[in-house]
Amino acid sequence: MNDREREWADQMRAGMAGDAAAYRTVLKSLTAFLRMEVRRGFSRYGYGQSDVEDVVQESLLAIHLKRETWRTSEPITPWVRAIARNKLIDSLRRGGRRINVPIDDVIDVLPAAEPTEHLNERDAEQILSKLNGRQREIVQSISINGDSIRQTATRFDISEGAVRVALHRGLAALAKAYRTNDHED
Amino acid sequence: MKTDQLIEALTADLDVKPAPVARALTLAIAASLPIATIMLVFLLRVRPDVLSGFSDPRFAFKFVFTLTTAAAALWLALRVSRPGKTAGPALAGLVISALLLAAAVSLELIALPAASWFPAMLGDRALACAVLIPTLAAAPLAALLYAMKSGAPDSPRLAGAAAGLLAGAIGATLYATHCTNDSPLFVAIWYVLGIAVVTTIGSVIGSRVLRW
Repeated sequence: MNDREREWADQMRAGMAGDAAAYRTVLKSLTAFLRMEVRRGFSRYGYGQSDVEDVVQESLLAIHLKRETWRTSEPITPWVRAIARNKLIDSLRRGGRRINVPIDDVIDVLPAAEPTEHLNERDAEQILSKLNGRQREIVQSISINGDSIRQTATRFDISEGAVRVALHRGLAALAKAYRTNDHED
Repeated sequence: MKTDQLIEALTADLDVKPAPVARALTLAIAASLPIATIMLVFLLRVRPDVLSGFSDPRFAFKFVFTLTTAAAALWLALRVSRPGKTAGPALAGLVISALLLAAAVSLELIALPAASWFPAMLGDRALACAVLIPTLAAAPLAALLYAMKSGAPDSPRLAGAAAGLLAGAIGATLYATHCTNDSPLFVAIWYVLGIAVVTTIGSVIGSRVLRW
């Protein structure tokens, strides 16, 4: 427990100082932790597990965009847990708005409660579709195609600076899209 | 998008550093204070005796109260904009500010004959105070609420209230250089009312705009 805490905190500090490899590593470790926390949260409130990966991704986005709210001298685990709890509660609240869905629909959905990669992918595509054209293309290029900033800049024939700006705005827009996505569609 | 793919995008975005809340709040104050000061100087006018006035303990106390409140509000705003942090120890600052006010009120009640209590409490243009503090606080409130968007508060409402309290205390500090009512009895009612109005506005707006 303490080893894990120290490892995450060290990697996060290195990441915030610009070490991309350490940052990637800590985000991957945190993903497993977040999945566990979110699954536990959903089952505690008697919800299916179909939105787990959504909440995990939303939490990762928040950890990234709000990383300056972690005071580097303090333990990181409670901070991560607090972010996950906030995102879980948001998700449950959005879920609450679906309460008037006909029961037959719910029964159709229930057997699919265990998430599959395919479903997650489709949900996330839906989220990506809420970004505007250029932002979506650039986020897609870097995330789904796995291109670097430079490759993306070459492909779209724009400066690397412009790619960075569009990527950052795209990620912020993605966080907002999750927040306002009430699954009414 | 798979979660691993999202992590690649987040890692690629590592060079864009988000602003820490403390820096965002500092910038917000630096940007909005001149606007509020211009409003004070041109709309209201500063008291001519503002510099010599500090030898009067009543006048000086107005600033002790408003600046203590501002410091406490800043502490509160910084604290509650972090995930997992409740108001907790930051409330101590507010308690200190309230105790200072209570002490000043007690001294004033001893110093003044009972017949003067009500006139001192009502001063002149009492309601103007409750309106003009929010007016002077408007620009700081807008800037501070915007700055608080850097944070990730458990309670957007509380974060908005903290920003409102800080803006209100800044507005009250400026207003104190204009207002000729110096009795702690006046401050305890009308200054507090003006600050409370801004705090309430901050909490209402915060609950809408500070979700993250």
